[in-house]
Amino acid sequence: MGKTFAEKVLAMHSGQKEVVPGQIVIVEPDYLLTHDNTAAIIGKIEKELLEYGVARPEMLVIVLDHVIPAASEKTAINHQKAREFATVFGIKNFFDLGQGVCHQVMVEKCLAMPGRIVVGSDSHTCSYGAVGTFGTGIDRTEAAALLLRGKMWLKVPETIKIVLSGDFNLAVSAKDLVLTIIRDIGADGANYCAVEFHGNVISLSIDERFTIANMGVEMGAKIAVFPIDEVTEGYPCSEKAKLAKYEPVWADPDAEYMRELHYDLSEIVPVIACPHQVDNVKTVSEMEGLQFNQFMLGTCTNGRLSDLQIAADILEGHQIPPGARFLVLPASKEVFEAALNRGIIARLSRAGGVILPPGCGPCLGAHQGVLAPGERCLSTANRNFKGRTGSTEAERYLASPATVAASAITGRLTDPREIVEEVFK
Amino acid sequence: MKVWQYSDDINTDMLFPGKYTYTCSTAEEIKPHLLEDLDPQFAGNVGEGDLIFAGKNFGCGSSREHPVLGLKAVGIQAIVAKGYARIFYRAAINQGLLLVECPDAVEAYKDGDKVALDAEAGMITVSGTKFSFPKLPPEILAISEAGGLLPYTLQALKDEKS
Repeated sequence: MGKTFAEKVLAMHSGQKEVVPGQIVIVEPDYLLTHDNTAAIIGKIEKELLEYGVARPEMLVIVLDHVIPAASEKTAINHQKAREFATVFGIKNFFDLGQGVCHQVMVEKCLAMPGRIVVGSDSHTCSYGAVGTFGTGIDRTEAAALLLRGKMWLKVPETIKIVLSGDFNLAVSAKDLVLTIIRDIGADGANYCAVEFHGNVISLSIDERFTIANMGVEMGAKIAVFPIDEVTEGYPCSEKAKLAKYEPVWADPDAEYMRELHYDLSEIVPVIACPHQVDNVKTVSEMEGLQFNQFMLGTCTNGRLSDLQIAADILEGHQIPPGARFLVLPASKEVFEAALNRGIIARLSRAGGVILPPGCGPCLGAHQGVLAPGERCLSTANRNFKGRTGSTEAERYLASPATVAASAITGRLTDPREIVEEVFK
Repeated sequence: MKVWQYSDDINTDMLFPGKYTYTCSTAEEIKPHLLEDLDPQFAGNVGEGDLIFAGKNFGCGSSREHPVLGLKAVGIQAIVAKGYARIFYRAAINQGLLLVECPDAVEAYKDGDKVALDAEAGMITVSGTKFSFPKLPPEILAISEAGGLLPYTLQALKDEKS
């Protein structure tokens, strides 16, 4: 019997010939990611760190991204503690604020690589499935224990196979696909499971795979993973990637799956997730005309170059209407600089965009553009929970960069397909 | 003992708002904000030994462990739900908070029903009807029984050292 991706990676990392779903294995993750929560994590084990030290300092990656620059004395102290800790314990992979959202940085710096296990004290650690990494989220206590001991248990998950065919129509993208999948299977449809993407994956860029893998946790998945192909190998970090040691791992053709789903990309249409759950998905055309106060482009879900590019193209020659705000958060410094060099940032700014530093921004509601009661925001982020990003009496909707940009032109929900034919003719 | 009853898909922002994630981290800081946007009555009235009954996908969303830390600190005896999100489930093991996965017990419960929980037997009684629920595998149960992952890890480190 063939093996799934998760079964292979977990067998390799636990030193076993083979493992089966449900089995508990002990692994030493290749990397542990922590961010602004580093201070709270090390705060749990101050005494123990002095006694035992960090088990594997090379395992830890710290990226300050959640509340950057610091918004209060307390968050400034969090950053300060993380910096001091990195210095004292010799943490080589320390990325101070401004480098980008941790997940983007993990891939750009070639830390998340094919076949590796990366755990992070952040639920969107599943993003690295875009480049064939077994990436999954853990809590702070688990991160603290890992720092001390360097190993952890994982349960071998069952796997859902999603087979893609066809190509997206113009202005339809990965965000529309992943929201459609979440609509179909529900916010817990892949709970505890691995999700593998098969079929016409080659047509998806790494940016698009990133968007899909990032939202794996919004369907409950432990990991959401893509195969390694020439698209992965051609990703900007490839020069460094060739130097880094990695083993491409993929499922056997006769692997056993708990469920198989099929999606024809040419049948996907622009959709939005409506308040207050990610699986409350409707088509844009059903909801067309809905008015918004704020538009948000960016985050770890959709803050990459191609996302900013399509938004700039759609907004070319337009100004967001008075009374509306348009926030732009590049996913990383690399993305920001590339967008700057190509004039994308200037174009987004001209259209009325407020450019925020590369980080999590208002997404989790800690600072930078949270919502007032009664306001509505259309965002490219990954969560629309009540009370997230500001007031509990505000509403958040999730959509693709194209839908956000097309809607920002008038302030009302607009199907990007109506605009792009003009833009790309 | 009170039973607090909630619906499906109770997410981490409802259990503990994201805006406090980087300014509150100890149990004392967390407690006043528990379930703030879901049930404003909860934080002021929850008592030692209380139970939470909920639907499917409890604890979905963020990896923040604040809800688990807070619920454990206020004395929640166990959560009884139709299902849990993965990271929340793991966080509960790591704090030694008992999660009971038992859809039938949740379906059976009506407001005011008498509930008794026998964790060791893996049995919950709702208004006289007994329901069994699966227990954790022994190697994982050991973490919970040690009082959580940190006490468990420290013991392991001591054992490895000696």
